[in-house]
Amino acid sequence: MENLAAAEQSVAKLSIEDSIEYLKSNHSQAIKLDDRDGYQGVIVDSDQLLDIARVIRDQLGFDYLSSATAVDYLGEGDHMEMVYHAYRSSGGGALVFKAQTDRDAAEIPSLVSVWRGADFQEREAWDLYGIRFPGHPNLARILMWEGFEGHPMRKDWREAYYEEERKPFDSRWPGGHVHRAEEKNVFGKNVSYPPDIDLNRLMDNSEEAVYSSLGLGVDVERIMDKDGFETNELVVNMGPHHPSTHGVFRMVLTVDGETVTSLEPVMGYLHRNHEKIGERNTYLHNIPFTDRLDYISSMGNNHGYVLAVEQLMSLGRKYNPPTYRCEALRVMMVELSRIVNHLWAIGFWLNDIGAFFTPVLYFIQERERILDFFEAVAGSRMMCNYMRFGGLFGDLPERIKSVSNLTNDRVRDYNTMQFLTEMINERIPRTIDELEILLTQNEILIERSMGVGILSAEDAINFSAAGPLLRGSGVAYDIRRADPYSIYPELDFDVAVEAEGDMYARYRVRVTELRESVRILKQILPRLEATAGESIWADGKPGAYAPRVPHGESYGRVENGKGELGYYIVSAGGRGGSSNPWRYHVRAPSFINLTPLGHMSKGYKVADIVGILGSIDIVLGETDR
Amino acid sequence: MYGTGLAKGLRLTLRHFVESYIDDLRYGFRKYHHSTDNFGIRQGTQTKGVITVQYPDEKVAVPERFRFVPFLIVEDEDHPTRAGKDWCTSCGICAKVCPPQCIWIVRGNDPDTGRPVPEPEGFFIDIDICMNCGYCAEYCPFDAIKMDHDYELASYDRTSHHIHDKEKLSKPNSYWRSIAPTRAYDEMLVRGTWEHKDAAKEARRGSASSRASAPRPAAQQAAPAPVATALAAESESATAPAASAPAEGATPWNEDEAKREERRRKALERKAKRAARGG
Ligand code: SF4
Ligand code: SF4
Repeated sequence: MENLAAAEQSVAKLSIEDSIEYLKSNHSQAIKLDDRDGYQGVIVDSDQLLDIARVIRDQLGFDYLSSATAVDYLGEGDHMEMVYHAYRSSGGGALVFKAQTDRDAAEIPSLVSVWRGADFQEREAWDLYGIRFPGHPNLARILMWEGFEGHPMRKDWREAYYEEERKPFDSRWPGGHVHRAEEKNVFGKNVSYPPDIDLNRLMDNSEEAVYSSLGLGVDVERIMDKDGFETNELVVNMGPHHPSTHGVFRMVLTVDGETVTSLEPVMGYLHRNHEKIGERNTYLHNIPFTDRLDYISSMGNNHGYVLAVEQLMSLGRKYNPPTYRCEALRVMMVELSRIVNHLWAIGFWLNDIGAFFTPVLYFIQERERILDFFEAVAGSRMMCNYMRFGGLFGDLPERIKSVSNLTNDRVRDYNTMQFLTEMINERIPRTIDELEILLTQNEILIERSMGVGILSAEDAINFSAAGPLLRGSGVAYDIRRADPYSIYPELDFDVAVEAEGDMYARYRVRVTELRESVRILKQILPRLEATAGESIWADGKPGAYAPRVPHGESYGRVENGKGELGYYIVSAGGRGGSSNPWRYHVRAPSFINLTPLGHMSKGYKVADIVGILGSIDIVLGETDR
Repeated sequence: MYGTGLAKGLRLTLRHFVESYIDDLRYGFRKYHHSTDNFGIRQGTQTKGVITVQYPDEKVAVPERFRFVPFLIVEDEDHPTRAGKDWCTSCGICAKVCPPQCIWIVRGNDPDTGRPVPEPEGFFIDIDICMNCGYCAEYCPFDAIKMDHDYELASYDRTSHHIHDKEKLSKPNSYWRSIAPTRAYDEMLVRGTWEHKDAAKEARRGSASSRASAPRPAAQQAAPAPVATALAAESESATAPAASAPAEGATPWNEDEAKREERRRKALERKAKRAARGG
């Protein structure tokens, strides 16, 4: 018995290659290596997927399912595929496993019973790809609306505004057939309805229609039953237009008195099918689109995406990794945007729990300076579009503002390095100090947030929570340390972690991360000085505007302010590679961190719900994509 | 003691409250006068208290790299040979790199020979679609399209005003030099002339060169050494970078007939293949 336990222990420490070996030798009939060009991991027989997933989680120790997503290989094998990336919460690389199914009757067993974090991701795959997941507790659409026809991410699905499979479109040059986009839009005068359609059906405002899309947990019929009307249990609809939901986001609560008995998040109001757009785009086109995901920290979004594409490019022969200066600049930008993100998150969370706008405005004041800096370097305050494959848009300018510039702003004209040094060494630390004086010991805040919205460590891992939500539950998992990228290994910083798992713990994690970010920035400054004059491009000149990316798949993940941001990219198209991604998937922390929201909210008061949501820190541009 | 944390926080708020008046008193409320110096006082790094910008009476000047809806550069009106000519050669690269595909270019044809001429006949940008990414300016091989600093584009009628045509897009080279002097200067160094590349070529072939010897803009004089070497290298750089024209699509009108035919055939083939695969 002890021997067995010991054996299991050692299995749980196997390297990725050995884990795959282990799977192959013990479950040879269910496993086959994925030997496509540039692919990794194993393909699992769908019938045995559940068993294998349990082996992967329990025996091999890959307890954290980071991403589960679908790919449609129409014309490249004509099958559908689910791709799973599982990690160990103790750190290390991914065990990638896949399950394939037929396109026409796509069906893959649900993994929700193994990883609850698969819940929303499988719903998304059903919604956008039409893959059924037997065993899923509530397989309803999640991003598209009920009654939407078809599954838009399928390769043969075409949008109403369809022009061509891939950009650049031929009509732009040299013919130049200009038209207003609105004229080709599906709304307004361009819509025609078949004579037998009942438009009133689309405007159904009855209770049934409002709640019909919800499955799990909200038994509207019972509660709304006219005959046996129960007075102490109610359904409360919060949102989608509600100031505390940070965008258009809806929560349907069932309350018993004032206590929440269940909560169902409803999202997709800001859905624009970012991933479909991404697959029409060329690789380069996607960078400014990533800005619009989590628009609070666009630098981080850029970083994850270029890392994923660079991983793929490195499979090819002609590839120059970014220079050291480029990496240092990237890390600096990302850390600055983490500061922006956390200041914003803490500030608006305080708004939610009642400290209306005084703290947040103090923080925004400092955020403005950081955005000034972004604007001077990248050209835009929020939509930075700063990183490129193998490089950056540009090096630091010598001065923050130009002397020639317009009328009245001579005072803001600083030397860039001076401005940076002052910001990193004085202003940001001062703001963090103020933040702590204002909040950390504040008795009202402590009473309001301690012990509320508790998520245990096991649940946090099982729900695939990421970022401060995960670390606030006592799991010291930070991708910058657990699965390092860029120059983080050589930088000195600590992973912030708090054990309590409540709102206050998440706040504390964010404050510690603010301080750690400053610590990193202080180490970046001398590195920038040491590399002054070095090019940001390995070969001294900017990259091509239409790079061809070799055949294969890659998953680039970064620790963004809100949690793990991952990009899963597939490049198809023969040996030469392609100029447009075949699959472009965003593993959005704001989206997946909502999976445990219902679980975390049970038993708390209605007034706590906005606080719990605020403490997760979501942004709807990323949730809905 | 219970309540001390709260009290500390309140003291901080009080300090902020008082600070927002101290500056007012110090400057005797001159701070809010709409004149240059007072604006500077309020927007400096050491300012405390209220930092609100009274837009639109006051405006924060934007940095050089600031990007808003692009414009096209045309040669200045006082240019001896090319006054008012487009820098754009309608090579189409900007239309290809534009992520939301909001650039439409009509390549011009010579009415006599039917060959493409290096000036666009039409150039349209839909500013409702433009995401201000700056790619067009970044990848244009002729420095012909640049990001503007004018962000006040609101109009009363979106249906008729928001597709900018060539006339509306065109601005003189001197305008670009005025809004982004250091960048314009650096581009000039690479290009080898203040004018369009072609003008430099013509100049080298025949008449006197009009290469400017203007000093580097003041903002960048902080770094004398590299600038000096760059200036010294200017005479050589006039030829070198101009010669290395981008490979794809840059100069289709310079090719001979057979080569163009070949390119067209290949493009059609590619397109057919793509169509077959796209199903
Ligand atoms: S890239 Fe430059 S030269 Fe080419 S079409 Fe665009 S603006 Fe004209
Ligand atoms: S700025 Fe970007 S979106 Fe706008 S026209 Fe240029 S390339 Fe297109």
